[in-house]
Amino acid sequence: MLTDQAGKGVHHDTPRPGHSAQNPLRTGGDLLQLVSPDGERISHPEFDIWVKDVGDEQLCSLYEDMTVIRRIDAEATALQRQGELALWPPLLGQEAAQIGSSRSLRDDDFVFPSYRESGVAYVRGAHLSEIARVWRGNASYGWDPLRINLATPQIIIGSQSLHATGYAMGVQLDGANTAVLAYFGDGATSEGDVNEAMVFAASYQAPVVFFCQNNHWAISEPVRVQSHVQLADRPTGFGIPSMRVDGNDVLAVMAATRVALDRARKGGGPTFIEAVTYRMGPHTTADDPTRYRDPNELEDWAAKDPILRLRRLLEAKGLLTEDVETRVKAKADAVAAELRSSCIDMPDPQPLDVFNHVYSTPNSWIERQKDHYSRYLNSFNQPVEEGAL
Amino acid sequence: MTATMIKEFRLPDLGEGLTESEILSWKVAVGDTVTLNQVIAEVETAKAVVELPSPFAGVVAELHEQPGTVVEVGKPIVSFEVDDVGSSNGGSAPVAGKGVAGDASAGDRAAVGTSANGAAGAAADGVGSPAKREPNLVGYGAVVEHSGRPTRRARLQVQNVQAPTPEAPTPEAAATPGPAVSHQAEVQTSERPRSTPPVRKLARDLGVNLELVPGTGPGGLITREDVQNFSATPEAPAGAPVSAAQGQRETRTPIKGVRKFTAAAMVQSAFTAPHVTEFLTVDVTATMELLARLKGNKAFEGYKLTPLTIAAKAVLVALRNNPSLNSRWDEANQEIVRFNYVNLGIAAATPRGLTVPNIKDADRLTLRELSTALTELTDTARTGKTSPSELSGGTISITNIGVFGIDAGTPILNPGEAAIVALGAVRKAPWVVDDELAVRQVMSLSLSFDHRLVDGEQGSRFLADLGSILADPAMVMTMI
Repeated sequence: MLTDQAGKGVHHDTPRPGHSAQNPLRTGGDLLQLVSPDGERISHPEFDIWVKDVGDEQLCSLYEDMTVIRRIDAEATALQRQGELALWPPLLGQEAAQIGSSRSLRDDDFVFPSYRESGVAYVRGAHLSEIARVWRGNASYGWDPLRINLATPQIIIGSQSLHATGYAMGVQLDGANTAVLAYFGDGATSEGDVNEAMVFAASYQAPVVFFCQNNHWAISEPVRVQSHVQLADRPTGFGIPSMRVDGNDVLAVMAATRVALDRARKGGGPTFIEAVTYRMGPHTTADDPTRYRDPNELEDWAAKDPILRLRRLLEAKGLLTEDVETRVKAKADAVAAELRSSCIDMPDPQPLDVFNHVYSTPNSWIERQKDHYSRYLNSFNQPVEEGAL
Repeated sequence: MTATMIKEFRLPDLGEGLTESEILSWKVAVGDTVTLNQVIAEVETAKAVVELPSPFAGVVAELHEQPGTVVEVGKPIVSFEVDDVGSSNGGSAPVAGKGVAGDASAGDRAAVGTSANGAAGAAADGVGSPAKREPNLVGYGAVVEHSGRPTRRARLQVQNVQAPTPEAPTPEAAATPGPAVSHQAEVQTSERPRSTPPVRKLARDLGVNLELVPGTGPGGLITREDVQNFSATPEAPAGAPVSAAQGQRETRTPIKGVRKFTAAAMVQSAFTAPHVTEFLTVDVTATMELLARLKGNKAFEGYKLTPLTIAAKAVLVALRNNPSLNSRWDEANQEIVRFNYVNLGIAAATPRGLTVPNIKDADRLTLRELSTALTELTDTARTGKTSPSELSGGTISITNIGVFGIDAGTPILNPGEAAIVALGAVRKAPWVVDDELAVRQVMSLSLSFDHRLVDGEQGSRFLADLGSILADPAMVMTMI
C-alpha cells in the first residue's frame, strides 16, 4: 500500500472506512475522491458536508476558473515561445489542485506559493500583468503581497514553507483566526526547509496548512525515487495530521482544504495535504519531459484530466449548457487577450529602478549610489528616465 | 486602414540562456494565412524540441531560414504581412531589422531599449554603417557576441603569437563587413584599445573602429575628442553598404553529426577495401508464398514478417557454407579475422541520417526471434535511440533498398566488414518457367564484397546460395 508513488496505485475509487476528517492522523494509503474520473459524484460520509454548499452555480464557476487558468497557461507558454516571456512554469494538469484549494480560502488568509501557482494568483486577484512581469524579467516581484494576501512566488524550493510557518506563528501571537497556507511540490518534501517548517509548525501548533501538489516529477526526478512512503506519510512523523486527496478532483481538494483551514482557525494546529495530481507539461518552458518520461504515463493521466472530469460531472447534471460554454470561452479568450496585451505593452524597466525597492524608507547610502550611477549613465549623453515601476 | 505591413519574428531564446536553435521543419509556407499562436515551426534547441506559435495573425511573407539550419537567437526567421492597425498584437512586433517598422510603440521600445546590444555592435566594430541600437527583447537572452561558431580565443592567440603591430588590421580588411573582421581582430589583437564605455558607445554610434583611432589620453587612452576627430577626417570611409538581398540560390549546411560520420566511414570504406559488386535476379515467388503461409500460422501471430525477415535468415544460412564473407581485414595486425558468430547489420534511414545498427549473434536466433529483433532494431533506429553498442561490432550487413522501389545497386561496405547485401524490390515480372513465360515475383540481389578477403568464387557461391534459398526455401534442407 505504501509503495507505489507512480500514481499507478491511485485506483481506490471508493473511499475506505477509517478515512476520517475528525481524526485523519494516519490516512496515507487512502485517496479521498468525491468525483470519479468519469465525472460521477462519489458520496463520502465524512467529507460531503464540507462541500454541501457547492451548488450548481459554484460548480460552473469552478469550471470557469479552471478553464481560464488553463488558458492563461497556454497563452503564457506561447508568449514564451514568441520571446515575450523569459520563462514560464506551466500548471497544465494541476488546475483542480490550485482552484479547489485557493477557492477555499478567505480573503484574510495568507498564502505562500511556489513559482507554479499562477492559478492561485489569478484567484487571489493578481492582475494578469502582475503575473506576467516577473516571468518577462521586468520586475523582481509581481504583486503587492499585502493587497491580496499572497506572498511573492518562491523560486527556491520549499523556502516558503518556513515563511508560512513563521507567519502562522505571528497569527497565533496576534490571536487572530486567520489561516495560512503554503504551496509546494513533491520534490520540496525532500528539502530541509519543508521539514524544518513542519517541526516548528508542530511544536507551536501553528495555524498553517502545508498543501503539497504531488505532480509526480521534481523536474526529471520521479517521486517514487524520492520517497518510499507516500508523501502524506511523511508529516505523520512530525505529528502533523495529513490527508491524501485526488488532486484532479476539485471537490475533494476543496473538502480537504476546508477541513484543514477549519482546524487551523480553531487552534487545531497544522495539517498536511497531499494532492495527488500530475504535471502534464514540462517543468518549465526550458525543459523537455519527453527525454525522461514515458509517454504512456502522460496518456494515463490525460484520462484523469481535472477539467474533463468536472465537465463530465456538469454534463451529467445537465449544467453544461451552451450558455455556460459560451460564457466560459468568452471569459478565457478575454483573459488570454488581456494577458497578451498587458505583457507585450509593458514598459521596460529603467536602469535606476534597481534602487527603488532596496529599502522601504529613504536611505542615504542608496541615494548616493543612485546619484553616482545616474551621473555615470549621463556620461553617455542619454537622458535617463525613471521607469514605470 | 487596410494597409498591411511586414513584421519579422526573430528567434527567441527558447530555454534559459541558449544562443542558437535548429529549425527542424516549417509547418507553414509562404502565402499561408496564419492565426495568432498557430504552430508555424518545429525547432530544436540544446535542451528540447519545441513548437513555435505564431506571434501574429497574418500572411506568411517570407521564411528566412531553411529546415536544418542552425539559427542564432535574435535572427529573423519568418516575416508576416499583417494588417497595419494598432492592435494589441501589433505592439508586440519585434522591431524589424531594417528599421522600417513604422509602428509607434515598436519605435518607442527601440528608443528605451536597455539592451547590452553593444556587444553585437562592437563585434562588428568596423567602419561600417553606424550600428543600430535594437532592443534586446525579453526572452532573447544575452546578445551573442560573435556570429558563427564559438571561438576558442585563448588557443587562437597562442597559435598566432605575433607582436601586436599597430598597422596590423589593414583598412581594407577592416572595411569588409561581417564576421571575418571580428575574428581577425580577435586573433591579431591581444587587448582591445583602451577607452571608456561612453567613448566606445560614441565610436559605435559614429561607426568608428577604435582599433584605428590613435589615443591621445594618458597611457594611450582614446578620448571622446580622438573619436570625434577621427570621425571628422575625410579619409574615414563612409558607411559601407550592407550586403543586400540574400536571395537563397544555395543552402549551406555545416557538415556535422551523423552526416559527417557517415561521410568519413564511406570514404574510408570505399578507398580502403577494393569493392566488387555482383548481381543476381531471382524468382522469389516461393519465398513470398512461404511468407504468406507463415503469416497465417498461429505460431507467428503478432510477429512482423517481411521479405527482409526471410532474406535475413537466408543470408545467415548461406553464410554457413561461405564463412569468408563474414570476416574482417585487420590491416594493423596483418591478419584476417574470421568471425564464428554473425552480428547482422541492417542499414536504416533514420531522422538523423543513415545508421547501421546490428543484431548480435543473429545466426543463433530462430526466425521468430530474428523477426522480433528486426522490428526492435528498426523501431529503435527510427526514433533515433539506437545505442552506440548497437552500432558497433557488426560483421556483415544488409541494406533494404527495395523499400524505396529500387532494384539493384552497388552498396558500399560498412567499414570493417567484408560483405553487404542489397535487397531489391519484389516485383511481378515475366519469367521463364519450364520453358514458358509466366508472371512471377522477382527480386534482384546485389552483393558487394571486399576483394582483399573474398575471391570471386566465394562471393559468387554465397550469392548463388542466397538466391537458391530465396527461389526455393526448401533448399535450406541441403545447407544445414
